[in-house]
Amino acid sequence: MKFGILLKESPYNYQAFDSVYNFANAALEMGHEIIGIFFYDDAVYVGNKYLEPPQGERNIKSYIHALKSKGVRLVICVAAGKRRGLTQNTVSESAEISGLGQLLELSIESDRLITF
Amino acid sequence: MKDQKAKIMFVCRTAPYGTIYEQEAIEAMIMFSSYEQDISVAFIGDGVFSLKKGQDPSLINIKNFTQTYLVLKDDFEISHLYVEKESLEERGVREEDLLAEVEVIPRAELRNKIDEMKVLLPF
Repeated sequence: MKFGILLKESPYNYQAFDSVYNFANAALEMGHEIIGIFFYDDAVYVGNKYLEPPQGERNIKSYIHALKSKGVRLVICVAAGKRRGLTQNTVSESAEISGLGQLLELSIESDRLITF
Repeated sequence: MKDQKAKIMFVCRTAPYGTIYEQEAIEAMIMFSSYEQDISVAFIGDGVFSLKKGQDPSLINIKNFTQTYLVLKDDFEISHLYVEKESLEERGVREEDLLAEVEVIPRAELRNKIDEMKVLLPF
């Protein structure tokens, strides 16, 4: 099955991104396809390249690099990102900044769009 | 993208103030509707407060989005604004307190509409 994922919650206040990470890994292991993850609302903070959690703590930055290395597209909403200081200069090299049209495309091209 | 119009429903579950969910949901609705998809919006739970008449959020420096829903319906061809009847009753909101353009439907009927959707976007 082809999944698209929409994430709306910020990376540390909520478990949502951890769930996205676990869901995506489980789906890929089972042979499904993740056609992209769209980061909206406060979820754009996941793409901040300056994230530096304390050692020994779960590391959001390493999660997104891991997803990217598995070929998953990570798209940060340009409008939501701009509001929150996420720009080409501050975004992780594993993510890309693009518009809401990408969310529409994920919605249409996936068999299921899952929201976290 | 495929040629056929996809049936997409935004599900607004949060009160209009206190979080940014409604504002950014509306931004997504505006963008989606410009791509000529079949878009409807359902208001359930505290989301129903977004449709109450007579709001003045200028007091907290926020736009009045009740006006935006009217524009979305009339000019951006959002096909339906559904409100769940039970959510209104649970909150003591009367149908006449809401904008006239909404369609109040019972939970069971809304569930059937949801079943018809290709995509659900909960906010």
